[in-house]
Amino acid sequence: MSSIENKDTSSLKAELIADFQLSQAKLNGKAALPIHQLRGEAMQNFDKLGFPTIRHEEWKYSNVSNLVKQTFDFHTKTDFNQADLDKIPLPHLTGNVLYFINGVYNAELSQITTAENKLKVIPFSEALAQQPELIEGYFGKYANYETDAFTALNTALANDGVVVQVADNKIVEEPIILRFISDVRLANIGSQPRNLIVVGKNSQVKIAEAYRTVGEGAAFVNTVTEIIVDESAMVDYYKVQSESDKSYHIGTTQVYQKGRSYFYAATATLNGGFVRNNLNVVLDGEHIESHLYGLYVPNGKQHVDNHTVVDHRKPNCESHELYKGILMDKSTGVFNGKIFVREDAQKTNAYQNCRNVVTSDEATMNTKPQLEIWADDVKCSHGTTTGQLNDEAIFYMQSRGIPKKEAIRLQLLAFAQDVVTQIKIDSIREYIEELILDKLQGA
Amino acid sequence: MLTISNLHARIEEKEILRGINLEIKPGEVHAIMGPNGSGKSTLASVLAGREDYEVTDGSVTFNGKDLLDLAPEKRAAEGIFLAFQYPVEIPGVTTINFLKTALNEIRKYNGQEPLDAAQFLKRMKEKAKLVKIDDALLKRSLNEGFSGGEKKRNEIFQMAMLEPSLGLLDETDSGLDIDALRIVAEGVNQLRDGKRSFVVVTHYQRLLDYIVPDFVHVLYKGRIVKSGTKELALELEEKGYDWIKNEVDALEVA
Ligand SMILES: Nc1ncnc2c1ncn2[C@@H]1O[C@H](COP(=O)(O)OP(=O)(O)OP(=O)(O)O)[C@@H](O)[C@H]1O
Ligand SMILES: [Mg+2]
Repeated sequence: MSSIENKDTSSLKAELIADFQLSQAKLNGKAALPIHQLRGEAMQNFDKLGFPTIRHEEWKYSNVSNLVKQTFDFHTKTDFNQADLDKIPLPHLTGNVLYFINGVYNAELSQITTAENKLKVIPFSEALAQQPELIEGYFGKYANYETDAFTALNTALANDGVVVQVADNKIVEEPIILRFISDVRLANIGSQPRNLIVVGKNSQVKIAEAYRTVGEGAAFVNTVTEIIVDESAMVDYYKVQSESDKSYHIGTTQVYQKGRSYFYAATATLNGGFVRNNLNVVLDGEHIESHLYGLYVPNGKQHVDNHTVVDHRKPNCESHELYKGILMDKSTGVFNGKIFVREDAQKTNAYQNCRNVVTSDEATMNTKPQLEIWADDVKCSHGTTTGQLNDEAIFYMQSRGIPKKEAIRLQLLAFAQDVVTQIKIDSIREYIEELILDKLQGA
Repeated sequence: MLTISNLHARIEEKEILRGINLEIKPGEVHAIMGPNGSGKSTLASVLAGREDYEVTDGSVTFNGKDLLDLAPEKRAAEGIFLAFQYPVEIPGVTTINFLKTALNEIRKYNGQEPLDAAQFLKRMKEKAKLVKIDDALLKRSLNEGFSGGEKKRNEIFQMAMLEPSLGLLDETDSGLDIDALRIVAEGVNQLRDGKRSFVVVTHYQRLLDYIVPDFVHVLYKGRIVKSGTKELALELEEKGYDWIKNEVDALEVA
């Protein structure tokens, strides 16, 4: 049998390879810089790997064949402006708010409020062009561009996003909120944001990524965020997705934690036609704590796939993971949670739980916990449940005068609450609450 | 107020109510007694509108309206309240929020303005006193982890909040200790105002010592096989159900 490699002859792949060649031609003298060498390598990997098919173990339930048949515009400039922004319902966001329209940083819409001695926030494009040394030490060192086709693609072609550097011993009070808007009013748009977040020793910061679509066209968002959490640092990281039914979102967040650090993530997927989130956390030091929360609420024919990897490499660490899903109509969901406990990682505590409510006979949820444990003195547990609405509770509420629809909504809201309350940026939590309320209106 | 005629209901293939007739007038208290499995909870559930039961014959009118035609929430809004034999735990929804939603839905149905936060709180304080229910309990998820007695007290508290015109109490006395029984019964008695009616399902005379019924009915095999006044309950307490069962079963054989 021939291998799966090299068989991908999709239009999207061809378009992206041509795109890369064009970008190479524009590099002039810079092509020899290590960073561009690395990008070339990533492109070669992508070429070899091609887009995954459902024969690929990691993509068994998530079929990108409809995505790769299409082509997307990765370069058209958009005139999206404040007036357009005002038209979409947005929460009142305070703090450092950075806008990326079709993947490109928009300085006019953005505001950076935290003093520079605490926090450096630089568009990735600027760092790439003017201060490559800022990113060279980190870029591509964490996210896997060798065997993950989408990460390889992003590594090769990403042209904007943000570089965040928090100095040592700083507490950044104001959150950093990154808003990625796909403006597909005029064309099908592709974007590949790349974020690098480096948090210094003993520092604290809260970061949120929020994605949404404006317009009727199709969107392809292929995003990679690398987060390096230095010793004793604390990072809260939230991802909020509210994209259109015609959008494809493939996102990888790669986290590297050093000793005594604390990482806290919540991923809330409210809308999006096809969503695949990879959240990979490496615990590479002792006394590390990691918390991973997730909430997904697909309806219609939406598809949400969360893959997580928690990699315990050193002793005395703990990880807690809770993902919750509400699946309505004909939607589909996937949860694949891997926990690795390496030989060195004695006294690990690792917990994983995925709970789902399916409100329709036509919705499906696939869950796959995967624990691989090489150490012997560990506490690990995992569990998944997929259930229906509690009819008894609904009747109880109805018997007190609450209409059935409202009773269902209350029950689902309560179910989601465990995750929603984990979000510690008030404006982001309120935004998510609003989105859930909207969404459950149709439940 | 409530007229039940020839009510038949079944669940799956099993016929449970087999011709119930009952007339309840404003202000009356009717006790329904009967052996386990005779259909007491089924009757209460059918009146409250539980969907699992299929009404195969008969009718129920409530204040002139065809009750069986209404969704459960509409029945509640029309003034029916069922205190559950087994109150349901609802994680993540506090009693306070639950009741605020319920009360304002009922008010909306009846063309009344919603209560504002202050009015609601005032009413809650007042009614909580009635059944001596702790504030802290009301801030917790509804019934979650409540003791048996707390759940029952919470049912009566909710009834007090929603002020129905007909209260159906399904074994509200079970699981209560002596003090709780008195508190709950006194709570119910305070809600008796000459117009509000109650159907009290119970196995024990001791509740009826407090809540004195106007009528006592014995339900057996899906029918009311005997009706009387409060003395009937005393007789049952003394003699059990066997004599009634024997009477009925003998008739059935004949
Ligand atoms: N969901 C159900 N499926 C099948 N049978 C049921 C169901 N619910 C009730 N029944 C049956 O209907 C009959 C009447 O039950 P019901 O709960 O109304 O009795 P009850 O008089 O309230 O008894 P108890 O005094 O024990 O509370 C019983 O035989 C019971 O097993
Ligand atoms: Mg019963």
